Amino acid sequence: MSLFGRIKEGLKKTRNIIMNRMEELFTRQNFDEDFFAELEEILIAADVGIETTLELVEKLRDKIREEKLKAPEQVLAALKSLILDILGRDPVPLQLEHKPTVILVLGVNGVGKTTTIGKLAARFTAEGKKVLLAAGDTFRAAAIEQLEIWAQRSHSDIIKHQQGADPSAVIFDGVAAAAARGADVLLCDTAGRLHNKANLMAELKKVYRVVDKALPGAPHEVLLVLDATTGQNSLAQAKVFNEAAPLTGVVLTKLDGTAKGGIVIAVARQLKIPVKFVGVGEGIDDLQPFDPVAYVESIFTTKEQ
Amino acid sequence: MLFENLSSKLQETFRRLRGKGKLTEKDVNTALREVRLALLEADVNFKVVKDFVATVKERCLGSEVLESLTPGQMVIKIVNEELTKLMGESVAKLKPADKPPTIIMLVGLQGSGKTTTVAKLANHLKKANHSPLLVAADVYRPAAIKQLQVLGEQLKLPVFQMGQQNPVQIARAAVEQAKKNHNDYVLVDTAGRLHVDEELMDELVQMEEALQPQEILLVVDAMTGQDAVTVAESFKNRLGLTGIVLTKLDGDTRGGAALSVRAVTGCPIKFVGLGEKTDAFEPFYPDRMASRILGMGDVLTLIEKAQATFDEKKAKELEKKMRTQQFTLEDFLEQLQQLKQMGPLQQLLEMLPGMGGMGKKLKGMQVDEKEFVKVEAIIQSMTKEERHNPSIINSSRRRRIAAGSGTKVQDVNNLLKQFNLMNKMMKQLTKMEKGRFKGRGRFPFM
Repeated sequence: MSLFGRIKEGLKKTRNIIMNRMEELFTRQNFDEDFFAELEEILIAADVGIETTLELVEKLRDKIREEKLKAPEQVLAALKSLILDILGRDPVPLQLEHKPTVILVLGVNGVGKTTTIGKLAARFTAEGKKVLLAAGDTFRAAAIEQLEIWAQRSHSDIIKHQQGADPSAVIFDGVAAAAARGADVLLCDTAGRLHNKANLMAELKKVYRVVDKALPGAPHEVLLVLDATTGQNSLAQAKVFNEAAPLTGVVLTKLDGTAKGGIVIAVARQLKIPVKFVGVGEGIDDLQPFDPVAYVESIFTTKEQ
Repeated sequence: MLFENLSSKLQETFRRLRGKGKLTEKDVNTALREVRLALLEADVNFKVVKDFVATVKERCLGSEVLESLTPGQMVIKIVNEELTKLMGESVAKLKPADKPPTIIMLVGLQGSGKTTTVAKLANHLKKANHSPLLVAADVYRPAAIKQLQVLGEQLKLPVFQMGQQNPVQIARAAVEQAKKNHNDYVLVDTAGRLHVDEELMDELVQMEEALQPQEILLVVDAMTGQDAVTVAESFKNRLGLTGIVLTKLDGDTRGGAALSVRAVTGCPIKFVGLGEKTDAFEPFYPDRMASRILGMGDVLTLIEKAQATFDEKKAKELEKKMRTQQFTLEDFLEQLQQLKQMGPLQQLLEMLPGMGGMGKKLKGMQVDEKEFVKVEAIIQSMTKEERHNPSIINSSRRRRIAAGSGTKVQDVNNLLKQFNLMNKMMKQLTKMEKGRFKGRGRFPFM
C-alpha cells in the first residue's frame, strides 16, 4: 500500500474533527475574519504551532488579495502550496553512497528510536544491503535486548556491550566492525534523552565526535526521531539536538494515530531540516519515505475514500 | 522549567494590566488574547482554551473586576482560580480495595512511559510499606518483559510474567499469585497501543472485566500536543479510567496536555514522573501547579522535599551550632550531602518563587553539580581535626589536601575563604535576628 493510502487509512479509523471542519470551511463562499480565525484554529489543532500558523495565514491573505482568488478550491490549493514551500516538494532520500554509511538515530524518550532502527534495517536488508546495528542505548533497562530482537527480525548483525557501558565505546566498536566486515550500513541506536539535560547532550556530542574520529566524514546521516503525538516541544527538541549533532533529517513516527505531527512544518521552516521517513504502523514494513505532497494532501483530505 | 514560558508570558501581560487603574472591556480582551496564545503555545487543546478563556472573560467582565481598584490582580486571581479548578482542586490519592490486593492497570500510547511508571509506582508503594507485585502484560513490544524484570530486580520487588501469552490470562494468574503471596498491590503493565486500534482496545476492556481493578491509570506524556484530547477521550470511552499519570515533566515542555487531558476526562492527575530514576515520582498538586503557571513558585513542594530529606533532629542540632558559631566544615559537608539527596539543584531552583519570572535568564544557566563533588572531595581529604578547626590548615596541609582530593591548592583556598565568609555572615545574622532566627534554622541552605 502506498504511503498516501496508509496515512488515509489511519485517518479513516477516526474521522477527524479537522477533516470535517476543513470540509465545512472550504465550502464557504466569502473569506471574512471568521474564515481566517477558523483556519488558524485548524492548523493549530494539527500542532503546526502559533508562529507558523500565523505566518501561513498572513501569507494566504496576501495571496488571496494579489491573485484575486475567489473559489474555495483555489484558496485550498494556495494554502497547500504555501506549506509545500516550507516542506519542499520532493522527497529527500538518505545519502547511502558511503561504505559503510553510518547513521546515527537520536531522540527523546519513547519516540520510537529502536523501532525505527529495526524498520530501517529491514528496509536495507530487503534491498540486499549488509546491515550492522550498534546498541548505543546502554542506559534503559532491556534496550539492548530490544534491539537484538530487531536484529533477528531484520536479519542484520549487532554490536553490543553491557548495560551501563559507555555509548561512545559501543558505537566506536560498531564503526570499526562495520568497516572490517564490509557492511553497507551501520545503524547506531542511542539512549532516549530529554534535550534539557545538559550532561546527556554532552554525552551525545562525544558520540558524534567519536564517530567522526573512527571514520572521518561520518556520521553520514543524523536522524532525529519525532513523535507525531508530541506538540510544540518537538521544535525545542530539534533545535537542541541539532546543536549537539547537526541533523540531516527527521523521522516522524506514530502517524497512524489521529495526530498530524504538524510541528514538522515548523521544524522545516525554522531549521531547514527535511523529514525523510514517516512511521505509519507497528509492522516491520511500516516505515515509508516521506512524500511532502502526499503528507500535505492527507492533512487536507476532506472525503473518505 | 515546566510551564515556564506560559508563566512568563502571563506575567508580562499582567504587568501591563497591573499599571492600569481601571480596565475596559478592550483591556480585558487584549489580556485574554495573550492568555489564549500562551495556552495554545503550551499545547493546551484549542477547544479547552476556548472554554477556559470564555469562562475567565465572563468573570472578568463582571463588575468585580471592572470596578476593582486593582483590576490586574483581580484578573490574575480569576485566571489562577479557574486554572486550579480546571486541574482539579485537591490531591487525588489511590483508592485501595476493601479486600487486598488492590489492582491497578496502567494503560496508554506507545512510548508514554508505562513500564517506567509501573516501576516508579511500585517503588512509591514500597516506601509506604506496601508489597506490590509487578505484572508484565506487555507481550507485544520486544523486550518489554525483560525491561520490567530488570526494574523489578533493581527495586527488589517480584515481577510476574508468563512470556508472550494472552495478557488477560497473565493478569488473572498474577492476581492469584498475589493473593497467595500476600502482595497487597498488583500493578499491571499493559502494552502501548494507539487509541484507534480496536483490537487492542478490546483486549484492555476484557482485562478490565476480568480483573475489576480499583484503578485504571492513563499514562500521558507531558509533551503531547493537541491530540491529547482525542487520545484521552478514546481511552475514557472504552475504559473506566480513574486517574492520569503525567510523565516526562522533567523536560522543558510547557505541559499543556495536563490541562487538556484533565478537562476532557474529568479524571484527576494522580502522579507525575520527573526523571528516569525510579524515585523521580511525585503526587500531583493541582493548586501548586496553578501557582506555578502564574509564577508564584512551588515553595510547598520544596519545603516538603526538604522536610523529607532533612533529619529533624539533625536540623535542630545544626541550628544550635549555627547560633553558637560552632559550625564546622564537617557540618558543612553533611549539609551538602543532604542537599544533594533532595534532587538535582536545577529542579530545586525552579521551585523557588521569582524564578519563573527569571525563566529566560535562567534557561542558559546550568547549576554545576560538579562543583559540589569538588567541595565534597576537598573536605573528605581533610583530617577530623582540620575539619573542626580549619585555622590549623597551613600551606603544607593545603598541598596535601589538594593532592588528596585531586584538586588545586587554589580550590582549597577558595573553599576555606568561602567557609570563613559564611561563618562571618552567620555571626552577623545571629546578632541581627536573635529572636526570629529559630524558625529559619530549619533550612540553613535558604
